[in-house]
Amino acid sequence: MSANTQPGIDHQGAHPLDDLIRTDRIPHIWCPGCGTGTAFSSCLTAIKATGIPYNQFTMVSGIGCSGRAAGYIKIDSFHTTHGRAIPFASGIKMARPDLNVIVFSGDGDLFAIGGNHFIHAARRNMDMTVICVNNLIYGMTGGQVAATTPSKAKTTTTPFGNPDAPFNLPLMAYAAGASYVARWTILHVRDLTNAINEALLKKGFSFIEVLAPCPVNYGRRNKQKSLDTLRLYREKTIIRNGADPARADIDFGRGVILGTFIDRDRDTCDELYDATCRRNED
Amino acid sequence: MKPAVRTGNHYITGDVACAEGAIAAGCRFFGAYPITPATEVAEHMAERLPDVGGTFIQMEDEIAAMASILGAAWTGVKTMTATSGPGFSLMMENLGLGVCTETPCVIVNVQRTGPSTGLPTQTGQGDMMQARWGSHGDYELIAIAPSSPQDCFYHTILAFNLSEKYRVPVLVMADEIVGHMSEKVVIPDAREITLVSRPRPKGRKDRFRLYQPGPDGVAPMPAIGEGYNVHVTGLTHDERGYPVMTPEAQEEMMTRLKGKIRNNLDDIIRTEEYRMEDADIVIVSYGISVRTGLTAVDEARRLGYKVGLFRLITVWPFPEERIHAIAARVKGLITVEINLGQVHYEVERCAHGQAATYLVGDAGGKIIHPDKVVSLIQEVFQP
Ligand code: SF4
Repeated sequence: MSANTQPGIDHQGAHPLDDLIRTDRIPHIWCPGCGTGTAFSSCLTAIKATGIPYNQFTMVSGIGCSGRAAGYIKIDSFHTTHGRAIPFASGIKMARPDLNVIVFSGDGDLFAIGGNHFIHAARRNMDMTVICVNNLIYGMTGGQVAATTPSKAKTTTTPFGNPDAPFNLPLMAYAAGASYVARWTILHVRDLTNAINEALLKKGFSFIEVLAPCPVNYGRRNKQKSLDTLRLYREKTIIRNGADPARADIDFGRGVILGTFIDRDRDTCDELYDATCRRNED
Repeated sequence: MKPAVRTGNHYITGDVACAEGAIAAGCRFFGAYPITPATEVAEHMAERLPDVGGTFIQMEDEIAAMASILGAAWTGVKTMTATSGPGFSLMMENLGLGVCTETPCVIVNVQRTGPSTGLPTQTGQGDMMQARWGSHGDYELIAIAPSSPQDCFYHTILAFNLSEKYRVPVLVMADEIVGHMSEKVVIPDAREITLVSRPRPKGRKDRFRLYQPGPDGVAPMPAIGEGYNVHVTGLTHDERGYPVMTPEAQEEMMTRLKGKIRNNLDDIIRTEEYRMEDADIVIVSYGISVRTGLTAVDEARRLGYKVGLFRLITVWPFPEERIHAIAARVKGLITVEINLGQVHYEVERCAHGQAATYLVGDAGGKIIHPDKVVSLIQEVFQP
């Protein structure tokens, strides 16, 4: 069924983001209560707010629930292989440095199977914006433990609780060399949108972690209804711009730090390539 | 900027000749990861590309190298990577993405011996079936096997031309000997080199359908930023490029992906013949082993046997009909290759029992001595 024929929905007024959405692909696949859609619409709003023509943007996704974003945005967009969005995007960026390259994907995609690509793109200061929807789980495959799943959490592959420790993503991004590092939740829509907007305009490797509920595959097994997760986002988070990313572990017991951790300037990969390798000698 | 085509007579390795062929063909992006015996392709590209307005990047692994050349290809440039066995294995995932999304690109595999790390510095032709079937799923692509540094130059250009024409990844299946040996390579004047570029879309952008094929079965390909707003996915997709999760969509997509190769075999397949006119014994070979075959033909002829050589320049798609026709008029077909039977079984399949088929193979690490082929001929045939 197409969205246009769904009963009970008012189709009179166009949505302000319609010009950036493949409306012929709606309804999307995301579950009710999923946080991915909110992160996605923040991203679209941020793109719009830059005032840059849409055809100067491109979006690359990997595999997973958030990886489907590339299929809904109406710009040149690429839904690639699992974990490989960043190197695919790096090829685009280095071949066409004038393009604004966005990688939109999930925590499993970017930090388990794609973790190596992430740290190397950050090291090179590849001029792109990486948005990671972190729902602490593999959603698409039905709720297996991820590199971001909190210790002791129940997943289908950790039925007795997760024996491992999760990554601290802002710390990893900072340590690897990112120019801009921020974390927000989907409850902090305005801050998130502003952060994405800042990241899009920022030269260099920008990383934004977006905490987002996966009620279906994470919440359900860990006694968290959608609203419980949002309540945590409201009550157990601390906004502290400029905080030390080493203190950015996700521990809702202690409080989770949100904000812009890093905003620094460094030459980008394409700039350094031009300066170093294009000798223009006779 | 420096001239892209280094016209003149050179004495260079096959690896360097591949790089020069790529630049002459218009390649302007190379995604690299070092591996013996293909490293020199990357080294040469690193030096040459910035001076011709291109870009070289050494990625963190071969998975990333392959991903980078696909991404770059969608900006409208011609792209390449080069690797060997272990790296070739890592590229298989994104090779499939390249096939599925019909992304032109060239992958040079300077083959060494496997399995696993094998003999990293020594020759082999054991990746031929991996070249054909290494990525999961059912698909068609094109693989070319150079026998000399001179071939490396021209075959890399050919690889780009076929890749652009058919929007398919093309493999240049060299080997350690061809890659590392130095021989005379003649690079012609730029005007004598024919170049092909991918079909480009025309007409209204809002009506554009990403995979709507032209008459030859190949769809025009836009570049990022031109305003076509394409969506490119490795999921099964329809003509618009949109994911469609049905067996019908799968069948339609596969028909197009396979059809654009299978329906153009005459244009794609390239073979060469040596002393085949009256031959009743035919050596089938490709790549470095062609040189074994050529000497074996002359040697066996001297002993009174009517032997010829049928060389596969394109190994994939396989020249099924030609092999079938040859098998109908000869006593035997002998496949010479540095593995223990890969293309041999294809020859056997296509001979279809009409002629006896033999393999002169080798476990790898060395070129096959022509005597091995001549001994087999003496053993099983009468002059
Ligand atoms: S499985 Fe989880 S992450 Fe995936 S769409 Fe559903 S709620 Fe969102």
